[in-house]
Amino acid sequence: MTLTQHDIDQEIAAEHAAYEKRVADGGPIEHHPRRDYAPYRSSLLRHPKQPLVPIDVAQDPELVELASPAFGERDITEIDNDLTRQHTGEPIGERITVSGRLLDRAGRPIRGQLVEIWQANSAGRYAHQREQHDAPLDPNFTGVGRTLTDADGFYRFTTIQPGPYPWRNHVNAWRPAHIHFSVFGTAFTQRLVTQMYFPNDPLFAYDPILQSVTDDAARQRLVATYDHSLSVPEFSLGYHWDIVLDGPNATWMEEGR
Amino acid sequence: MTKIDTSSPENVLPTPSHTVGPFYGYALPFPGGEDIAPAGHPDTITLHGYITDGEGKPLPDAFVELWGPDPDGRLPQVDGSMRRDPASGGFLGRNGVEFTGWGRVQTDANGHWYARTLRPGARGSSAPYLSVCVFARGLLVHLFTRIYLPGDAAALAADPLLSRLPQARRDTLIARPESDGTTSTYRFDIRLQGEGETVFLEFQ
Repeated sequence: MTLTQHDIDQEIAAEHAAYEKRVADGGPIEHHPRRDYAPYRSSLLRHPKQPLVPIDVAQDPELVELASPAFGERDITEIDNDLTRQHTGEPIGERITVSGRLLDRAGRPIRGQLVEIWQANSAGRYAHQREQHDAPLDPNFTGVGRTLTDADGFYRFTTIQPGPYPWRNHVNAWRPAHIHFSVFGTAFTQRLVTQMYFPNDPLFAYDPILQSVTDDAARQRLVATYDHSLSVPEFSLGYHWDIVLDGPNATWMEEGR
Repeated sequence: MTKIDTSSPENVLPTPSHTVGPFYGYALPFPGGEDIAPAGHPDTITLHGYITDGEGKPLPDAFVELWGPDPDGRLPQVDGSMRRDPASGGFLGRNGVEFTGWGRVQTDANGHWYARTLRPGARGSSAPYLSVCVFARGLLVHLFTRIYLPGDAAALAADPLLSRLPQARRDTLIARPESDGTTSTYRFDIRLQGEGETVFLEFQ
């Protein structure tokens, strides 16, 4: 059976309604997707069916997962956070500046931690051999960046506005433009991989990956804000995107929750 | 809104997770990610296994991150896992001397991964273990599990996590020694779904 966008739209609506009902019945706000989200077909065989086993970190401050690996100046180079300068020529596309803070659940900055990004080029093509989208590669753009957060938890990247691209979840499936982020916190429990989107993208409603976040407010937190003060005159448009890491850490215990 | 107002804690809500997708391969893996143990260290162990889906098929598009203490139970705070070359922009790799405790290992086309690291020492009330974080296309939120090593039956029996799991589920967290048990090579498969499903953890 060929899956159409209409089929996926109906599944997305049903999942959304089911979530709203769970909340109306007193269920918790769900900040993250459920791993078994059928509209994203690849999730079907790749989520555990047994419940996760809870670990109360307050029982043991020595847990390995309450510390995080360290990264430093040796692990990055000076131009890693400028994706427009990694080749001999200028990449094609609109230059953008993306900046924000890495925070914990208490709103405290996470300093000196690794932020990694990867993205498609302005035509919506990844520099990956298995990528099958018939759009041009840009010899002056790889689409990979890294940086360390500063003393206030800020990160900053200069890059190119990525393009939307098709994929094969269903017929005529298109991903809204996005940048992949991988970040570390002060505890391994806070590890996060996610995607940042751009404001007002008309593809949001059709995308089962974004819609896997069924909570409306949580989904909004994946969308960057245009910030004119981050725009660089004669050079780039600015987007602000703060990242808040979930998961318990050592301060979680100090405060007794 | 994605400018977080940190003056009111009730507004500080988590950024949702998303799948790592299919195209992380040119961005996240790095040379030597799997060679975590310093060169020639006598406490080096080799771990390897497959990551499989609900039909038992291996995943060629997944990776794990391993994080663990040194043989004395100390968690390193040492950078340099992915040392870079400021001249070429490429990777220098680990220096083979310092132990960072962390590595990133992708599965190959057969869904197989391996890593060489140091035998973890015990911390707190737990038996020695390595923390494992699993990422894959199709997995909307990464999964945490642990690799315990066989050998010290008393320590495993007293472990606060293992001791509250039924036997069959508990065994999914304990690596199996290869061959006669005198080697330092262990097999650890990760089954995301179905028969023999690995125990995955949720930290609270």
